[in-house]
Amino acid sequence: MSQEIRMLPEQASTVAGQVDAIYLWLIGVSVFFSLLIAGLLLYFAIRYRRRAEGEVGGRFDSSTLLEITWSVIPLVIVLATFFWGAKIYFTMFRPPADAIEYFATGKQWMWKIQHPSGQREINEMHVPVGVPIKVTMTSEDVIHSFFIPAFRVKSDVLPGRYTTLWFKATKTGTFHLFCTEYCGSEHSLMIGKVVVMEPEAYQQWLAGGPAATSMAEAGEQLFGQLACSTCHQDGPTGRGPALAGVFGSQVRLASGRTVVADENYIRESILNPQAKVVFGYEPIMPTYQGQIGEEGLLQLLSYVKSLAPKPAETAAAPDAGGDGSAR
Amino acid sequence: MSAAELPATHYLNATHGLKSWLLTRDHKRIGLLYLLGVSFFFAIGGLFAALIRIELITPAGDVFQPDTYNRIFTTHGIMMVFFFLIPAIPAVLGNFLIPIMIGAKDLAFPRLNLLSWYIYMVGGAFSLYSLLHGGVDTGWTFYTPYSTAFSNTYVIATGLGIFINGFSGILTGINFIVTIHRMRAPGMTWFRLPLFVWGHYATSLIQVLGTPVLAITIVLLALERLFHLGIFDPARGGDPVLFQHLFWFYSHPAVYIMILPAMAVISEVIAAFARKRIFGYHFVAFASIGIAVLGFLVWGHHMFVSSQSVYAGTVFSVLTMLVAIPSAVKVFNWTATLFRGSVSFETPMVYAFCFLGLFAIGGLTGVFLGTLGLDVHVHDTYFVVAHFHYVMVGSTITAFLGGLHYWWPKIFGRMYSEFWGRLSAIVVFFGFNATFFPQFVAGYLGMPRRYHAYPEEFQALHVLSSGGSIVLGLGYLIPIVYLLYSIKWGKPAGDNPWGAIGLEWETTSPPPVENFAAPPVVEHEAYEYAERAERLGAAPTT
Repeated sequence: MSQEIRMLPEQASTVAGQVDAIYLWLIGVSVFFSLLIAGLLLYFAIRYRRRAEGEVGGRFDSSTLLEITWSVIPLVIVLATFFWGAKIYFTMFRPPADAIEYFATGKQWMWKIQHPSGQREINEMHVPVGVPIKVTMTSEDVIHSFFIPAFRVKSDVLPGRYTTLWFKATKTGTFHLFCTEYCGSEHSLMIGKVVVMEPEAYQQWLAGGPAATSMAEAGEQLFGQLACSTCHQDGPTGRGPALAGVFGSQVRLASGRTVVADENYIRESILNPQAKVVFGYEPIMPTYQGQIGEEGLLQLLSYVKSLAPKPAETAAAPDAGGDGSAR
Repeated sequence: MSAAELPATHYLNATHGLKSWLLTRDHKRIGLLYLLGVSFFFAIGGLFAALIRIELITPAGDVFQPDTYNRIFTTHGIMMVFFFLIPAIPAVLGNFLIPIMIGAKDLAFPRLNLLSWYIYMVGGAFSLYSLLHGGVDTGWTFYTPYSTAFSNTYVIATGLGIFINGFSGILTGINFIVTIHRMRAPGMTWFRLPLFVWGHYATSLIQVLGTPVLAITIVLLALERLFHLGIFDPARGGDPVLFQHLFWFYSHPAVYIMILPAMAVISEVIAAFARKRIFGYHFVAFASIGIAVLGFLVWGHHMFVSSQSVYAGTVFSVLTMLVAIPSAVKVFNWTATLFRGSVSFETPMVYAFCFLGLFAIGGLTGVFLGTLGLDVHVHDTYFVVAHFHYVMVGSTITAFLGGLHYWWPKIFGRMYSEFWGRLSAIVVFFGFNATFFPQFVAGYLGMPRRYHAYPEEFQALHVLSSGGSIVLGLGYLIPIVYLLYSIKWGKPAGDNPWGAIGLEWETTSPPPVENFAAPPVVEHEAYEYAERAERLGAAPTT
């Protein structure tokens, strides 16, 4: 491997260039101010060096105009930087609607990756180039952090809840995947690689592995095995609310509050069903804490998501589940 | 200006024997006791830093076991942050100087002051003992649920040491606040106070208001570890991010506990060696208070990728940008102070220049980290490591050493070698940059922090960093030799070797036990070099 001297990591995602641009801007600002201060300090220090033992300095020691000037100019610069940085941040945390969804589970000390089509990998993640990919993540133990330097994306991965990030790779190749939240003994071995492939190569890669059940199908099977379907039947007759169209909708609770049925809501409703009971239903659902692992939960989540109306259908057929405006 | 000999009696020789030191209520002696304490813990922290740099010379984790390495960086962080950086300047220089600078005989509560030193030593000894016998592997940040439900190390014992030590900081803070309010000499109005006192006043406010939150956080951590209450552990219904909020609510302001006293020292040194009133005195004074207040409102910038809401992140980012302004204002004012000054380049001033260089880099890279979209990439990488070392370590230690050299003749009555003093300052500056600048590059390239082994492409930068740390270590060792030498064999300094203005320079070196032969009365502004020269009939330079 050639040891070339690099100052920037490879740019391999759509946001990488934006992050590097603001980085270079701030380097420019920093170099300018550092040189300005250093130059003035040196100039004053030499120009006004002490020439006689008893000498003292002059009286010029305050100027409101100067104080305002050197407060306002940096303020304008940092506020402009803030808006620019916030714009990139919002981009990073708002996945496009057509992103395909991967799942990542952190565990001391490995990454378990699952593809939407059900393939599993450990410490490796194969993705197609040029396709927006959303990664929904959780941890089985402590806090981890999912970091792909070449994509300039990072998010902590927490036990007990879901976090997401997204990226669109712009070039094929193999890139580092690091855990960046200290997680114990082998934190520095909790590393992996992201392999970005041409879409056809990715399809071949998928076909090359053992036939897999997709996440949503696996969730549907689990839904049956755990007998969820006994109560959560289609239509209004079930003892639990019907789940079609629930994901992403506004749900009215028995407490009168309304919440958006997102990933963390679905998770909580399975593990701690009494926390947010849907209006009009009895709090009779038992907890499934300890009966389903993180991967099973992700499969159930995918199944519930697959029951949501597609964006196009939503517009055509607004049903009782709400209008899906969470997108 | 040069007295042939030291005064016949002073605070160092007024009483003799170990007991006269261990039971002293003299703020000056307590300051020196603290100097011994912080130097000891700095040496321990530095030793562990050396072990880190040795391990990181090669990409493979081949010197220590991973668990050992994790204990090493944790010990380094805990010793340095809680037992060196936070107390260093206030407890040593603040203790020694605040009463003298305001014309008082001692702090308001001398017994409390001695108690705070004992609490500090007990807390430090307790933490050090648990760190060495078994150790802790959570990092100094103690993130949950790792620290409460997964780590098998001595979390509670170490935490207890930090908890105990917190009371020391609270007591010192209260002592300073009361002293500054109640014990100023006649004529010493608020706006005649040296900026050193303003800086320590702001610092004390943070210590008194912030430290209890750290104490509460440690108690909650211990309760969850001991009794399995579900506070932070999601498996028990807790919220791990809550811990981060509580922790940073104290620990971000704690950075200002380290940097405000450093800035306070720099204001004194620059005024003395430019022989000029600090430019924009009021702005510099209020910038300290502004930093102390805003510093409490920015903790969430440690959590931009923690799952904190995007909107909360936005608010914390904009507040972080605002807190950069008072720091920038101080730097501009210090620079402008040199304009039409009478600048000389003795050791303390060389340290002040080093401070300005390191603080500029540390402060500006803080803006990088406060910028949302950019922080996502560099968060928890070596970029952050480099940034906080520039601010907390580079800036604070150069200011501490600069201050120590500036007031050394006052403290011990004798001069050190100017040659070795300047040389060590320059060695520290280059060593520090060689150690930590490559870490900015490594961090942006993606090198995560707290890694025991790392991919090969980062090796060149790590080797640079480890090499620099040898130079830096040398820079810290040289002063020990010539400063200790000077206590015995240095030339007597006289009352005011620098020709500086300030009440501390109007008493003998070393000062008498009561600080002044007669209680001083203050009639003029601080740093009135030009005015005094005019009164005395000599024209100023410019």
